[in-house]
Amino acid sequence: MSAEIELLERDGFDSLLAALAADGYTVIGPTVRDGAIVYDEVHTAADLPVGWTDEQGGGHYRLHRRDDEALFGYAVGPHSWKRYQLPPEVTVWRGRRRADGGLERFEEAPREPPRLAFLGARSCELHATEILDRVLLGGAHPDPADRARREDVFVVAVNCGEAGGTCFCASMDTGPVAKAGFDLALTEVLEDGRHYFVVDVGSERGADLLARVPHAAAAEPERDAARRIHEHTAATMGRELDVTDIRDLLYRNYEHPRWDEVADRCLTCGNCTMVCPTCFCTTVEDTTDLSGDVVERRQSWDSCFTVDYSHLSGGSVRGSGRSRYRQWMTHKLATWFDQFDSSGCVGCGRCITWCPVGIDITEEAAAIRASDGERRAGA
Amino acid sequence: MQGLEELIAAAPVFAGLAPDQLELVAGCGANRRAEAGEVLFREGDPADLFFLIRAGTIALEVHSPGRGALVIDTLHDGDLVGWSWLFPPYRWRVDGRAVGPAALIAFDGLCLRGKCEADHELGYQLMRRFAAGAIERLQATRFQLLDVYANPAAR
Amino acid sequence: MVPAAFVVRAKRRETADTWTFELEPEGGGFEFSPGQFTMLAAGGAGEAPISISGDPDDPARLVHTVRAVGAATRAICAAEPGEVLEARGPFGGAWPLEAAEGDEVVIAAGGIGLAPLRPAILRLLDRRERYGPLHLLYGGRSPDQLLYPAELEEWAERGLEVALTVDSAGPEWLGHVGVVTRLVGRAELDPARTTAMLCGPEIMMRFTVAALTARGISTERIFASMERNMQCGIAHCGHCQLGPTLVCRDGPVYPWSELEAWLAIREL
Repeated sequence: MSAEIELLERDGFDSLLAALAADGYTVIGPTVRDGAIVYDEVHTAADLPVGWTDEQGGGHYRLHRRDDEALFGYAVGPHSWKRYQLPPEVTVWRGRRRADGGLERFEEAPREPPRLAFLGARSCELHATEILDRVLLGGAHPDPADRARREDVFVVAVNCGEAGGTCFCASMDTGPVAKAGFDLALTEVLEDGRHYFVVDVGSERGADLLARVPHAAAAEPERDAARRIHEHTAATMGRELDVTDIRDLLYRNYEHPRWDEVADRCLTCGNCTMVCPTCFCTTVEDTTDLSGDVVERRQSWDSCFTVDYSHLSGGSVRGSGRSRYRQWMTHKLATWFDQFDSSGCVGCGRCITWCPVGIDITEEAAAIRASDGERRAGA
Repeated sequence: MQGLEELIAAAPVFAGLAPDQLELVAGCGANRRAEAGEVLFREGDPADLFFLIRAGTIALEVHSPGRGALVIDTLHDGDLVGWSWLFPPYRWRVDGRAVGPAALIAFDGLCLRGKCEADHELGYQLMRRFAAGAIERLQATRFQLLDVYANPAAR
Repeated sequence: MVPAAFVVRAKRRETADTWTFELEPEGGGFEFSPGQFTMLAAGGAGEAPISISGDPDDPARLVHTVRAVGAATRAICAAEPGEVLEARGPFGGAWPLEAAEGDEVVIAAGGIGLAPLRPAILRLLDRRERYGPLHLLYGGRSPDQLLYPAELEEWAERGLEVALTVDSAGPEWLGHVGVVTRLVGRAELDPARTTAMLCGPEIMMRFTVAALTARGISTERIFASMERNMQCGIAHCGHCQLGPTLVCRDGPVYPWSELEAWLAIREL
């Protein structure tokens, strides 16, 4: 964490966005659309969910008006930054079939991808980005296209002013305060008639940008205000997850009766995998045009909840909903450690909020822990 | 309620055993009920039990990822279930599941092996009966492998 | 990842639904270790993970034995000499042939499972003097379903003890009839010095392991090539997860001791 703590007044905020635009960045940030807060292009502060907050619970998400004009007075919505790091649909290659049956690959003239600036990234999301980096770039075969998407992204993080109803980043040690992975991190303060941002500078690039924006050094009372907000957020998490020995706890409970119980509720709709910022499964499809000569390979998000996901020898290894929910949860909290040296969960709570039946990963883990070792009949 | 000894004596597989032998066998047994769908044993589990089916059906299954559980045999009233207790490594080779509710007698294999070692006449009488059951099932299995219902054009 | 093109130089029918292709890399050779696989495709019809079944000391040819079981493999099997197939790879880990030097080696294969073991057999025979006795226990459905029949004889002459068995046969068959696990009991081997390598349907491998451990061979010395739904081959798509491992990256060859507990979990 940088020792440079600066102050940005509310009326200087648009200068920050203007400076990013002047540097050629397309700024992506939270906006209100269709009753939710989703990521889209933003140009000025007016594009942000000014004065909005969210109410989140199991299978529940509503927006409400605040009684102030906070720019970031809400938790995370259904979108995550994953959609920019690992887009929902990507064309992997295109080819034209030759007479000998082979494919002649042709590259489309590479469009200059826009330089992106992420505005409003939360600590949980920064951890999710790092986790996805390890999956996509940390193996033996990193894809240059994945690497290109990660280069030159400017990150303006925001430290949450309040914890969401389903948040548990404190349990996962992934927040609420951003510690790394950002160029600038803002803590929004609305107090005593003032509205300002305490700015943590996280990189040279961040310092350079801030230098071109009206700002000052943050005074002690202002830093204290930010600190109080951080502590309050950490103390008011909507959920808790006891991560003591969580990997081995789940490893020894594959036949726990709780999996049958959750299977009675789970629709295997896959919403959780779509909103989760670390779920990375994809599938590919080869398609041709009507002539059969132009072939395209498209990669798109997939979900371990689909029946075909584990197809093998004419059937599926995980045919039952029970086995598929178990796969998702044990991957997220346990086998991810063996596969990628970290937990797969950042405690953002999206899976709880966006599950149509409100299944709560923290509740499921607690239920298994409470009767550790119990086995379903006949197991 | 019939005593265990009487139930064992009535089972065709134990027909002809002397009363003192029946008593020895019954000493290793206990009544056991299984619910419909209950899994009695799994492939790889230690095989220290075997069962006599008084009433009901036990399905022997092998699981395969992608194909699920495959039933390879079904055993019914009067059948003995389980030979893995007889010889090392004393581990079940297949899964066993009660198809409907079943009334069983569960025998402690370690107990009975001990008694057969101590009393070779008992051992001989029991091995004859177990071997007869095994041979009958082996011959039936060989016939089953001929796949006689397959389309002759596909052979 | 972008596939490379390979020209079909030879195509040989093995059984009613299985063919062996000899592919020529376009420019340069193709290096691989025995046990590895490629994501093979007849451009545009989808990819399938296929074990490499060629000679690791002959990089001029990429050899694949393919069974037509779905859309991708049917398209591959329709390719004729002169046409092009595409492959990405090689991916995955290898059979522990170096670690097994000095050991007696038992290779147990079921059906098309002999294909991923063929490169191991060729290397073992090529470096015959570094190993103790070599055994091949190979089972198939019927005599006409066995792979590489001419090579089996050739390998026997080079010092591989070959035992064949089928599920059913006519009277002209002079080999065994019965499941391959029964050959384990017959093999003359020293369990303390034996390394085993297995490939075949999972049920066959489980039962063969039971027979091998009954002979006193430790599960740490038994290696199996596992299969799950592999789509990318590079540990990105998540499909091939087998408990805490990714088959395309941590397998497909595993010591059985690592898998045993996980394979006992139904619908893992």
